[in-house]
Amino acid sequence: MATLRTRSAARLMMTPAVLTLFVWMIVPLAMTLYFSLLRYNLLMPGMEEWAGTLNYRYFLTDPAFGAALVNTLLLVGGVLLITIVGGTLLALLLDQPFFGQGIVRLLVIAPFFVMPTVSALVWKNMLMHPVYGIFAWIARLFGLQPVDWLANLPLFSVTMIVAWQWLPFATLILLTALQSLDEEQKEAAEMDGAGPISRFIYIVLPHLARAMTVVVLIETIFLLSVFAEILVTTNGGPGYESTNITYLVYAQALLQFDVGGASAGGIVAVILANIVAIFLIRLIGKNLEA
Amino acid sequence: MGSITLEKVSKSFGTTNVIPEIDLEIADGEFVVFVGPSGCGKSTLLRIIAGLEDVTSGTIRIDGTDATHEAPAKRGLSMVFQSYALYPHMSVYGNIAFPLKMAGEDKSAIDDKVRSAARVLNLTDYLDRKPRQLSGGQRQRVAIGRAIVRQPKAFLFDEPLSNLDAALRVNMRLEISELHHQLKTTMIYVTHDQVEAMTMADKIVVLNAGRIEQVGSPLELYRNPKNLFVAGFIGSPKMNLIDGAAAAREKAATIGVRPEHIVLSKTEGPWQGKVTVVEHLGADTFVHVDVDGVGSVTARAPGEFPVKHGERVFLTPEAEKLYRFAENGEAL
Repeated sequence: MATLRTRSAARLMMTPAVLTLFVWMIVPLAMTLYFSLLRYNLLMPGMEEWAGTLNYRYFLTDPAFGAALVNTLLLVGGVLLITIVGGTLLALLLDQPFFGQGIVRLLVIAPFFVMPTVSALVWKNMLMHPVYGIFAWIARLFGLQPVDWLANLPLFSVTMIVAWQWLPFATLILLTALQSLDEEQKEAAEMDGAGPISRFIYIVLPHLARAMTVVVLIETIFLLSVFAEILVTTNGGPGYESTNITYLVYAQALLQFDVGGASAGGIVAVILANIVAIFLIRLIGKNLEA
Repeated sequence: MGSITLEKVSKSFGTTNVIPEIDLEIADGEFVVFVGPSGCGKSTLLRIIAGLEDVTSGTIRIDGTDATHEAPAKRGLSMVFQSYALYPHMSVYGNIAFPLKMAGEDKSAIDDKVRSAARVLNLTDYLDRKPRQLSGGQRQRVAIGRAIVRQPKAFLFDEPLSNLDAALRVNMRLEISELHHQLKTTMIYVTHDQVEAMTMADKIVVLNAGRIEQVGSPLELYRNPKNLFVAGFIGSPKMNLIDGAAAAREKAATIGVRPEHIVLSKTEGPWQGKVTVVEHLGADTFVHVDVDGVGSVTARAPGEFPVKHGERVFLTPEAEKLYRFAENGEAL
């Protein structure tokens, strides 16, 4: 791409792809923006009228919004915490040489390939069910009252399910990072008198910082939009106890048929996601610089 | 303070025996170089002394006490690795201070020691830099700094100069020798480069396939190589090893003569041959000659020797500097 001619040729060749991507992004966004300013309910077709910022006012002052916002942050934060800590520990474990390493690694990675609805169903009916779930059976084994997970601890349960799905991803990324740690560095630290814990804190953790940043950023993108697990297990309830922003937008659009309100919610969600992204990049983005 | 004794030390990886039983005595303050071709077990031997590899059998004594099963950190040795193994996220200061921090020394003591080490190694201006902002030679010095702050009983160097360019290598060689004179601590140095071994060592240990071939001062090895392997390994360019009829005349299976012990002449000499390659180095001239009935021989002429490819020359090996080797490779 040295000469003027090759540069303009490159621009020309890239134009269709860039244009497609741009249209793909801007049309839905513009339509959502437009709908969010209308009074648009599917129960009253053909009666759309200009509503100004009314939809936003209703969405933001809805008590469900505050609850959903807190739930979203708790869910994202909880899953990140579990997957980073658990992923690091699992990666340390899998990095040890042991018999059957390949199969164990495959098993650890398996949950990532199970689709969200399926894993949510498995957790709901096989593990967390208060009557014939495995957890209930274990509780009864010890003579305890089984816990009705999804009714009593709905957000915690959803967090567990999502964390279970994302743990393999974190483990995989952190394991590869761990394997790229120079063996001589560990040996040098050993010669310098660092015990296993000091070696972990001073050598391994700083080395993992960049991989952890990648895990946090990628997971956050997906965790802000967790939906299937909630729909399959709790339907956002009881009350709004396990409703996140994504689910709230869905409820607004497809349960209350309020397209205008849902669009306003969607725009709010986009803004929130960007705020989270800015915070994240500020907080940990410096780890990504070489 | 810093004598190391190996008694019947052996090492196997699975069924492959890399080091059959070795006995070795290293006195306090000595500069010992392990030298040998790659894969001869010299690095493994160093790592066994460091405690990074377990011995399969045998005993290691450091200052007379049994350290065979002691953890690396407890042995009081420090090591400079081939890749330097600096901690990339720590500054130069942090790197050098790390062993002291691990030893639990207080901040002001650490600061004093790090700064004095940095002064010795000319690193004072770089204390705040990260390793990636340093040149190869500077990194090398940081690694050495990290090793000396602990005031170990002995330093272990694992091919520390192999990642540097030729000019820097000569420089660092001098610096390490100077450091040894300054600190007077035992140093064990592993290299495959016999020039490094010859220039730095008080004592050279020549290793081959895990066995010690010979131990001695550089000049001892140069003058009296015990066998063919040592004869061929020590000295540059290599000793000419000749077998066949020329050797039989001297009643040996193989005879060896160093290039510097051959007198070149254009007019007379017992060996006659055709010049194949001439290397003019200015101070010396190396002439490779295809000698009739003997084979390829390298000779060194001091200064400039005007000869060209294809010319015929005469060679006179100095009779008293001729080495004779038996069938099994031992010197006669």
